[in-house]
Amino acid sequence: MGRIRSLLIPGVDKKLLVKDATKLMPDLARRRFISGGASLGALTLLTGCDVLDGDSADRMLARISKFNDAVQAWMFNPDALAPTFPESAITKPFPFNGYYDVDDAPEIDGKDWKLEVRGLVENKKSWTLDELYQLPQEKQVTRHICVEGWSAIGSWTGTPLRDFLKMIGADTRAKYVWFQCADKEGYNSPLDMRSALHPQTQMSFKFADEILPRAYGFPMKIRVPTKLGFKNPKYVISMEVTNDYKGGYWEDQGYNSFSGS
Amino acid sequence: MSSLMPSLAAADQNTAIEPAKVIQPAWVRTVHWINAVAMILMIMSGWQIYNASPLFDFRFSHSITLGGWLGGALLWHFAAMWLLMVNGLVYLITGLATGRFRKKLLPITPRGVVSDVKAALTFKLAHDDLSKYNSVQKLLYAGIIVVGIVIVLSGLSIWKPVQLHWLVMLFGDYSAARYVHFFCMSAIVAFLIVHVALALLVPKSLRAMIIGR
Repeated sequence: MGRIRSLLIPGVDKKLLVKDATKLMPDLARRRFISGGASLGALTLLTGCDVLDGDSADRMLARISKFNDAVQAWMFNPDALAPTFPESAITKPFPFNGYYDVDDAPEIDGKDWKLEVRGLVENKKSWTLDELYQLPQEKQVTRHICVEGWSAIGSWTGTPLRDFLKMIGADTRAKYVWFQCADKEGYNSPLDMRSALHPQTQMSFKFADEILPRAYGFPMKIRVPTKLGFKNPKYVISMEVTNDYKGGYWEDQGYNSFSGS
Repeated sequence: MSSLMPSLAAADQNTAIEPAKVIQPAWVRTVHWINAVAMILMIMSGWQIYNASPLFDFRFSHSITLGGWLGGALLWHFAAMWLLMVNGLVYLITGLATGRFRKKLLPITPRGVVSDVKAALTFKLAHDDLSKYNSVQKLLYAGIIVVGIVIVLSGLSIWKPVQLHWLVMLFGDYSAARYVHFFCMSAIVAFLIVHVALALLVPKSLRAMIIGR
């Protein structure tokens, strides 16, 4: 119990625990555990009800989450800007957050790194960090909101994603920009095009006026102040403009895909 | 809705004609029990969501939460919210339109509340006519409606802090809205404990909420 409690301290959250634990299980048991977990309470509540077993409760919840995606896309006003703050409001220290320890964060050599561009774009050239640093940059001080509920105010500087998408001749009628990252297990996340074109959505190269540190996603993070933190990928290695929903690291595990604020 | 309203109004008139018979009209009973289910789903999944990043130095026991983990709890919370919101709106609109709120919950006077609290504490508060609320009941039932509205507004603020920024400002900021959401939940749980305990102590009130009489 003492060991479990010590694992439940903030920063080493439950998601990580569950992930680690399920990794030890064979595949089928793992799937059952995850889907069973979501409906454990449902089963307790609905005991004796033949119509709604655990699996159908999960399917119903997944359908409602899809419906919520549509409602949120409908609600989304691309002109609504995330509130900005004075520098004095910046949270210090800004928390590191991930499904791994900060020591396991990707270590990327900026000289070797290239941003790969794929999908429905005219110019598929890869970009070196020096080339990206030449692009016009903007700075924002906005609130990062985690799906867990906590929030922190940070300062990010970089190129508006919509300017970059225009520059590479992206088909902005496509549905998604899908990002792939260097995190272990291969983090990835889709961003709906309207959020990608939001004026504050940014390819960030700096945090608090310094080159993005390793903890916050060196060499490039996608800062989307209108989305929850997990839709703000770090350590980005490629972006793909696509009409296909390719899923995402957390989205596949059940987090609502739109998850916009 | 338009076809529903006249019959609901009629149901309330029946109450007036035969006051001894129908204590809780069918529409009240229906929204009450739907609300009970929605509230329990929201509270239990909300506790699991709270556990992901606690505001205070405690977590809710896994045995009383819903969803299994944060992702599952969020799915439940954002599914049950529709039930809570639609049912709550039906309740508020019908309660206002039929005049039920005005008839049942008003007036609430400080003098009446004080004397009824005194009577309750000395076990002299009568419960003869279930169709009439005493001042304490009026205050609590009106109060919990206000709490219900505030918990929905603070919840919407946490869900859409950018799109509904004006709403967030009402609570101060995003972090403050989280605390408001939590304290409203606490008030509802406290209300629930008293409400259920009293319903069990006065079983005919529970019967009235099930079969109407």
